[in-house]
Amino acid sequence: MIKSLDPRVTREQIEENNLIDPLTPMDNWETYEVFHQKKRGDQHMHVGIVHAPNPEMALLFGKEQYGRRSITANIWVVKTANVFASEYDDADMFETTPEKQYREAGGYKVMEKINKYKKAQKV
Amino acid sequence: MYGNAYIDPNEKANAMTAGEDPIKLAEFEARIARGEKIEPKDWMPKEYRKQLVRMIEQHAHSEIIGALPEGTWITRAPGFKRKMALMAKVQDEVGHAQLLYSAAETLGKSREDMTNDLITGKSKYSNVFNYPAFTWADACIIAWLIDAGAIINQVANAKGSYGPYCRALDRICTEESFHLKYGHDNVVTLATGTPIQRQMVQEALTRWWPPIMHFFGPSDKISQHTEILMRWKVKMASNDDMRQQFLNMYVPKIWDLGLTVPDPNLKLNEETKKWDYTEPDWDEFKRVINGGGPCNAERLAVRRMAEERGRWVRKALYNASEKYVTPLA
Repeated sequence: MIKSLDPRVTREQIEENNLIDPLTPMDNWETYEVFHQKKRGDQHMHVGIVHAPNPEMALLFGKEQYGRRSITANIWVVKTANVFASEYDDADMFETTPEKQYREAGGYKVMEKINKYKKAQKV
Repeated sequence: MYGNAYIDPNEKANAMTAGEDPIKLAEFEARIARGEKIEPKDWMPKEYRKQLVRMIEQHAHSEIIGALPEGTWITRAPGFKRKMALMAKVQDEVGHAQLLYSAAETLGKSREDMTNDLITGKSKYSNVFNYPAFTWADACIIAWLIDAGAIINQVANAKGSYGPYCRALDRICTEESFHLKYGHDNVVTLATGTPIQRQMVQEALTRWWPPIMHFFGPSDKISQHTEILMRWKVKMASNDDMRQQFLNMYVPKIWDLGLTVPDPNLKLNEETKKWDYTEPDWDEFKRVINGGGPCNAERLAVRRMAEERGRWVRKALYNASEKYVTPLA
């Protein structure tokens, strides 16, 4: 029997060679991706995963794991199997023309035109 | 808290990249050199994956097992506030294990396999947790100095190349900062207290000094093997560098309290600006890590008990129609 400095361990009367059967696949269930919203109005951010047997318990574990220490307004859990993700190998699909002034606010110099017009009016 | 991952300096360097596609390898190394992170589904050398799984898994096991010596004192922590704080710290450590197991899992080893390797003794965890926490002061020294060592290690590794591990470490480091302050506060309380309290904390420091010096691992000879691991940003600093950093930051704080470090050779060398110390007993270290320490058997027996007694609950909740999918990040 294990005689520990921890009285709780000693009370359990554990055999030293308490060999057990190995864990089998899915013993720890499938995984859920967790999204955490710090406060109302913020975006939900992906923060990690939990292992859980169903969505309700995934929420419970998500709260404990990712809401334990920080302020939390809300969390979402999504089964990993239900997430469709792009491939990093296909990252070139996000590449576009390098010159994108036409879709930036700074690409439009209206004041220049207005001032030019006003100047022309005064003459 | 953290478990060091020891790298065998005798392993052949060329074996590390044997059989890898040279173009993919070059692209992989260039990405790391640019400071970009590697994500789970990226191509990576087999050895990179293997070393990371081993390292992150050992780190996770250390968090779980590390909760045991500290947990010893939950029932007897002096006062309600300290009991609350210790429970919160122990809960954090177990939470850190969850984060780390998840990061290792993205590399393809299931959590069940990692647990199996822990409870059969195949995987290691940090050697310091094979020692007992005799008194309340031991729990305080662990919370202060072992966590301090852990933070040095983790801050370095958080700048590594594997995305999921870095993200887990960032979260862990934020949480650990309270552990360190809590531990320091407890040690200061004892060191500035009654003569009996001072004696208790001094004795705990004396007991824990050798494991603390062991904590960062033996000197790593600069081999080609470690050079590759450093180039791949798997290993971020040498064991000796981290030990020096720890001594630099904490020996003055220990001396501030009028406590004695049980090493007559410990001093800052004015010429080298490095700390001189008595070489730790590495035979003792090897003996303990291979199962010969005072608590190895207890730690694993407790872990196996927890696993076995929880099994029926997990089985009852198991849904046969579900399939396992490797987590995304």
